[in-house]
Amino acid sequence: MLVQLLKFPALPEIALLIMICVVLLLDLFVKQKRALLSYVMAQLSLVVTLCFVFCLHLVPAQVIFRQQFVWDSVAYCIKLTVLILGIFIFIYARDAMGKKPPKPVYSSEFYVLGLFSILGMLIVTSANSLLSLYLGLELLSFPLYALVATERWQANSAEAAMKYFILGALASGLLLYGFSLVYGTTHSLVISAISQTLSHAGGQFSIILSIGLIFIIGGIAFKLGAVPFQSWVPDVYQGATTPITLFIGSAPKVAGLALAIRLLIDALPSLHQQWQPLLAIIAIASFCLGNLVAIIQTNLKRMLAYSAIAHIGYILLGIVAGTPLGYAMSLFYVSSYALMAMGAFGLIILVSQANYEIEQIDDLRGLNARHPWLALLMLVIMFSMAGIPPTVGFFAKMGILQALISVDQVWLATLAIIFAIIGSYYYIYVVKVMYFEEPTPTIQALQPVQVSRVAYLALSINAILLLVFGLFPNWIMWLAKSAFSVINYPIY
Amino acid sequence: MFLILISQLSLFFKDHILSLLIFLPITGACCAIVVSGDAHPQRARIVALITSLCSMVLCIPIYLGFNPGLSTMQFQENVPWIPIFHVNYGLGVDGISLPLIFLSIFTTLLVILSAWRSVHLRVAQYMAAFLLMQAMMVGTFAATDSILFYIFWEAMLIPMYLSIGVWGSSNRSYASIKFFLYTFFGSALMLIALLYLGLHSANHDFYIASFYPLKLSMSEQIWIFFAFLIAFAVKIPMWPLHTWLPDAHTEAPAGGSVVLAALMLKLGGYGFLRFSLPIVPDASRLLDGVMIALALIAIVYIGIVALAQVDMKRLIAYSSIAHMGFVVLGCFILFSITKHVQDISMAQMSLEGAMVQMISHAFSSGAMFLAVGMLAYRFRSRLIKDYGGLALRMPLLAAFFMLFAMSNVGLPGTAGFVGEFMILMSAMQASFWITTIAASTLVLSAAYTLYMYKRVFYGEVSSPLIANSKDIHGFEKLVFILLTVAIVFFGVYPKPLLTLMHAAIGSIFQLSLQTKL
Repeated sequence: MLVQLLKFPALPEIALLIMICVVLLLDLFVKQKRALLSYVMAQLSLVVTLCFVFCLHLVPAQVIFRQQFVWDSVAYCIKLTVLILGIFIFIYARDAMGKKPPKPVYSSEFYVLGLFSILGMLIVTSANSLLSLYLGLELLSFPLYALVATERWQANSAEAAMKYFILGALASGLLLYGFSLVYGTTHSLVISAISQTLSHAGGQFSIILSIGLIFIIGGIAFKLGAVPFQSWVPDVYQGATTPITLFIGSAPKVAGLALAIRLLIDALPSLHQQWQPLLAIIAIASFCLGNLVAIIQTNLKRMLAYSAIAHIGYILLGIVAGTPLGYAMSLFYVSSYALMAMGAFGLIILVSQANYEIEQIDDLRGLNARHPWLALLMLVIMFSMAGIPPTVGFFAKMGILQALISVDQVWLATLAIIFAIIGSYYYIYVVKVMYFEEPTPTIQALQPVQVSRVAYLALSINAILLLVFGLFPNWIMWLAKSAFSVINYPIY
Repeated sequence: MFLILISQLSLFFKDHILSLLIFLPITGACCAIVVSGDAHPQRARIVALITSLCSMVLCIPIYLGFNPGLSTMQFQENVPWIPIFHVNYGLGVDGISLPLIFLSIFTTLLVILSAWRSVHLRVAQYMAAFLLMQAMMVGTFAATDSILFYIFWEAMLIPMYLSIGVWGSSNRSYASIKFFLYTFFGSALMLIALLYLGLHSANHDFYIASFYPLKLSMSEQIWIFFAFLIAFAVKIPMWPLHTWLPDAHTEAPAGGSVVLAALMLKLGGYGFLRFSLPIVPDASRLLDGVMIALALIAIVYIGIVALAQVDMKRLIAYSSIAHMGFVVLGCFILFSITKHVQDISMAQMSLEGAMVQMISHAFSSGAMFLAVGMLAYRFRSRLIKDYGGLALRMPLLAAFFMLFAMSNVGLPGTAGFVGEFMILMSAMQASFWITTIAASTLVLSAAYTLYMYKRVFYGEVSSPLIANSKDIHGFEKLVFILLTVAIVFFGVYPKPLLTLMHAAIGSIFQLSLQTKL
């Protein structure tokens, strides 16, 4: 009985929902200092959910809940990634909140909202119908809007939240409109049924479907933060407080890829000829604009925002390649990118002190003299983002290039790598600031860096993982590849 | 029991000696960082020295066990590394890579010794950076899998970037970023070429050897040739992609300049021998005129540019470019030699000359950079005009420097003579004019080297600082003696080097004469 229960594909989501309710109630009734109990419970719920996902790894692909919910190896990989990222995110966030003056902290709200957003990600990942996909997406997004607005008394925070919410609502509208057009032509909301109907159409598609596709791609591009829907990214990254930027910059990207996989690869594979050039243009525009504009940024978070746009471009290139290898490499890229982005924001949190928030790149000046180990970790993260071996960032880029070259798109690969070189400038600039310059003699900059032990350990593990996955990338690549190598959609 | 353990252990070492040579310095670098904070620099120095000496010792069994008669890879190690992409951890040495590996280890030892008293800032990180560079360098030369080769090739940028930027002189940030972007740009296109070749090779693997029999059309070959050319031309460096080198050399610390000149430039020449010539022979044959022209421009034009330099390090940097032009000439003249004469051995001699030139240039320019580094450390200036009359106060340094300068000029009896002479002699078979233009380097290099020598070491003692200076001390003497021995030995008796590389060069030569169309 219990074993049967453990094999139930929706168990992680259900368990997580129950735990979230518990955390919510606890916060109401238990007086706690610095939200310690909420934090512990939130971590516990993530760990429990992670265990449940692990238990499912041998469960065959299947569809439940009247075809609303799918379980397959793509869902398995992405859920694992999201949950592991979630654990790290909460560790860093806890450190950031510990440093804030204790007055207006809504820290247990952070954990509850964060957990809800993660639940949304899990549901998006497993959605098998446009309806559940949309619901999951909204569950993912709404807590993020609220999180960005937590420091609403600060002007740029409020502005960022407003911008994010309005543009996000617009994107949801676009997506929904696209869904309705697809529903109108295929008469089904179920993803596998849509794909089947379209494959029987024999290459003849109505114009309505194409318009629907454009809206859907627009929605995906917004959620991922790709050009031309990128304008919210820098403002939100800069306006939100760092732990929330850390959240937005890591796990939702993975969920965004899940959205693209479910919609483009699972639902609309027959329209491959139509979405491939669109996506290629979006990808090229993203890494061009992201890499070029990042060069002139002086604000570290803004620079990382443009770098995120550029990385999304590379992630989409794998889908453009249109082969299982390409999809797998996109998945590999997005998970390693999320790990890098998390490390970078985690480092900003760790180096920031109670009265000294890291904002500008120059605030890292002379970090090597102040704290060599943290500087070394940041060095690894930066070189990994730039794609220099032996870090995982190199293999992520190499996988994408390999996928592109194997479908004879050498020119696209060349363009991608040329912009990767241009992009490497602003990463090595950060290294330059940390290593080649001495700390500016202000009182804040010269005081020793104080970090909580857990966050310190987490960041060390995070950065060392980038090296370890760079030296032994095979296992994680194999996991990503196995997600796409078998036909894991149940036959009806 | 104990004996069995020992024999097992020695067997393990025998099978993995190249890996050991790569991972020993990495371990040493980690140890140097761990055992010494900024409070105990001496510990870092000792750890680095021990690591470096251990690497030297490991070279002995490799040299003894190496069979120079074979042209194949020896001491091979092959482990599947990323089976998804068919990337293997493949190591091996032949007669081309072995001298360069020894050179890397020898140079690192010199760098560590010379930094003993002259580096005081973040000593542990300095030592670790150079040990890491040694590991990456050995890995690059020993890799038989092209992706592994690329990984070492790129990973080297990290410690080099840091060493220029952290320990360099005033304009170091500019120079290090320029260095990084140039070399990264060059090698990125090579990655595309390697991936392309790997996808088309027989087993979809990335072994360099499995690229050799691959059939490629002429247009493919030309694209791949240019992708390789940009990578190697930046490293070697060839005109017009050389502009990073004078900046990087000038701003780098003494050790950084030495590694740049003695090792990093050699990667370009190694790349031509290992990749360009055997993988795309038809494109190389088609475009050899371009390459020879670029080499001659480097030799003559850069030689003239060197004459005008006022900064000693910059002068030696330009002289390096001119000398590496000879390596390019030696690599690509063989096609026109085989066109003109039947005597294959002459053409092969040009390749061997290129190889000897790489080794000898490492000694002479490395030595000169070390010497200038010592001067810059003592007198805080690299400008020629700030010096004068040093020979009076520092006779030992003056004597050593004279020898290194002579080797740089290519005086018979020094290592610098052998390579240039071999290349010029074989080039004579191809074309009188090419040889004449190339031979102008003998005049030019004598002019700029000796003119600098005269202004720095002779004449009036120019400043009180020089008047009160002391001659070189123990560690510096040791470094110079080691270099002198190497320069004179290979100048008088280059045979061991030639026998070591003969068979391997021969096989590269045969591969570059084949046609793949």
